Amino acid sequence: MSAMSSNWNRRSVLRAAMGLAATGGLAACGSNTGRGGGAGSGVNLVQYFHAYGEAGTEQAIKKYAAAYDKAKVTTQWITGTNFESKLFSALLTDNAPDVFEFHPQIQLVKSGQVADLTDLIEPVKDDFNQADIASHTIDGKIWGVRMIDDPQFFYYRKSMLEDAGIEPPTTLDELVEAAVKLTTDKVKGVFLGNSVTPVMNPLIWSTGANTLDDKNQIAYHTDDVAAGLKKLRTMFKEGHLLLDAPADWWDPSAITQGLVAIQWCGMWAMPVIQKALGDDVGIFPFPTSADGGKPAVTNGGWSMFVNAKSKHLDEAKEYVKWLWIDQKEYQEDWSLSYGFHIPPRTSLAESADKLKSGLAAEGVKLFNEYGNFDNPAWTQAMIVALEGVIADSVRKGGDPEAALDKADKTVNRELKKLFG
Amino acid sequence: MSTTTTHGVAKGRAAEETPAVPRRRGVRGRTLNFWLFTGPFLIGLAVFVYIPIGWSAYLSFFEARYTVTPSTFVGFDNYAYMLTNEKFTDALVTFTVFAAIVVPITWALSLGLALMVHRIRFMKAFFRSVFFLPTAVSFVAASLIWKMSIFSGVRFGLANTVLSWFGIDNIAWLANPDPPWYWLVILTVRLWLQAGFYMILFLAALQNIPQELYEAAAIDGAKPGWQTLRYVTLPQLRATSTAVILLLLVAAYQAFDEFFNLLAKTTWGRPPLVELYYTALGENQDYGAGSAGAMILTLLICVVTLLQGKIMGFGRGEESK
Repeated sequence: MSAMSSNWNRRSVLRAAMGLAATGGLAACGSNTGRGGGAGSGVNLVQYFHAYGEAGTEQAIKKYAAAYDKAKVTTQWITGTNFESKLFSALLTDNAPDVFEFHPQIQLVKSGQVADLTDLIEPVKDDFNQADIASHTIDGKIWGVRMIDDPQFFYYRKSMLEDAGIEPPTTLDELVEAAVKLTTDKVKGVFLGNSVTPVMNPLIWSTGANTLDDKNQIAYHTDDVAAGLKKLRTMFKEGHLLLDAPADWWDPSAITQGLVAIQWCGMWAMPVIQKALGDDVGIFPFPTSADGGKPAVTNGGWSMFVNAKSKHLDEAKEYVKWLWIDQKEYQEDWSLSYGFHIPPRTSLAESADKLKSGLAAEGVKLFNEYGNFDNPAWTQAMIVALEGVIADSVRKGGDPEAALDKADKTVNRELKKLFG
Repeated sequence: MSTTTTHGVAKGRAAEETPAVPRRRGVRGRTLNFWLFTGPFLIGLAVFVYIPIGWSAYLSFFEARYTVTPSTFVGFDNYAYMLTNEKFTDALVTFTVFAAIVVPITWALSLGLALMVHRIRFMKAFFRSVFFLPTAVSFVAASLIWKMSIFSGVRFGLANTVLSWFGIDNIAWLANPDPPWYWLVILTVRLWLQAGFYMILFLAALQNIPQELYEAAAIDGAKPGWQTLRYVTLPQLRATSTAVILLLLVAAYQAFDEFFNLLAKTTWGRPPLVELYYTALGENQDYGAGSAGAMILTLLICVVTLLQGKIMGFGRGEESK
């Protein structure tokens, strides 16, 4: 090592070291995207799922993915309660999933975040529940493949209602009354979720109103809805609702552990509830809340979407077609082997023996008679606006009219942005 | 997410006593060393702090829904929207209430703990560790424990079980904002997590108070206890106290995790960061309005910090020591 060049050498080495440190740090940011090294000939796809509560669901999704031989599919199983924020922010980055599950919402289409899947679904369109096709059709194109339909309704403990000498409520007033009679020092009357928000939409529907009308204008702001909110407030204020339960409404723990006599939950929990309670359980829809209304059930569910900006758009569409259009065996497994979901494919729904008898058959009946499907024009921001109505009027005890007025402002701002 | 640092607190003495390193390298060597040591940090600072701040400032003047590379310039519309947005202004009020409560309480509790641990004669190291340990727990984990086991609303939640011994009905600590019990949950989780850390800072400062001062005070007739505490200990802790209050304020500004995890789907109890999270990253995906809010918040923090520096004389020099 000559003295002449040592200076230069030291600097270059240090420069290299600094460069390495800097790039190393940068590379580390994006290292845990679930993608493999990209070596080999296969394409890597990433799919996002929210964490389903039922045992075996994560393994099932990974099993289906592993069975696909045209691409390596990695699953991100997103735990926690804010799947939508994680999904929405990921969609803006290069690490966005190629394929993801969500609900049909128009802003995904308007902002160019989801790909047109019409050509995948068109050949089998007639084999889908037409309400599901309608909720995924925007501007004449179909944007997502429905995987499962999830009706949400009330479960009740037959024995507890018998002991209290009451029948399953058929009006909101009867529900309020039942809550009074069923509440003891050990058991609360009704569980509407820790935030009470899951019943906001059913309340609207059961008065005969809707979230939006056909012209995409506010339709939820009626006197009947305001009156219904006051009745929910009564139950909340009087301490007849179960609140701050360790497991929220989508988990059947509250009713299976005997914390509550009536719980709002989904059909997915039916196998667990039946196993825990045997015959001591029945179901009923959200009861009628106003003259001219009818009972309401939320027909939720999850659909598969393809990220329009995916680098492997065609491969991603191909995968969605393979799994959620062609592989009926897996679709049936997904709908019926873990929790209970209603398959959106008519042919599968008709052959599903597990849904043909007992409580499950009753659930399907509620789904068909009283179910309200997603309205794609009802976006996440509007959903949150109505959650604010529940917070202000039911939990905080404010004037329902004022709370609805406040929501109107947000919803109108959204509607103006979406539809002009 | 309360990243706080200890440097500069009660360490001045040690630094002064370190002998100066003899100079061996020329100017070039020193420049090189300067960049070598600060380079990676500066790059990180630029990439993760300054570029995002700059980007945020840029976004705040655009209509940026569902995108971070917007094209529609809207001037100050986003600022006008945020400043007239009740949710955001409410959040600023929430924060002020929160800071006004949590800062003095944490200050007093950590000082009290430090005084007790300092006085104790046996198992000092044990108690020091016990009180410090919660600092290592994440806000998210602690929030979940507080929410699901201690302040759960069901009859077997810890707090409700204790209350039931006295015949008091179950309380829905978090779901029911009237009375606002949720503040109790939020304050206790933050106290539990933070008090130990600031206790260590006070302990270090207490150990730095020269014993002669107490001896002199005793000779002058000061009674041990309140008089000594008031006229010897507290004045000697002034520099540390100021630093602790500043750090606590910064931590309160950064409050996010426990509010986000404890309060779901509320319209109350949202500090600005939570509100901005929902505006920019949550259901709205409105990066323009979110960025405008962030800029307003940044400006407020700057003003408050400068004011605090003026009032409390932090960083005015050594005379406060």
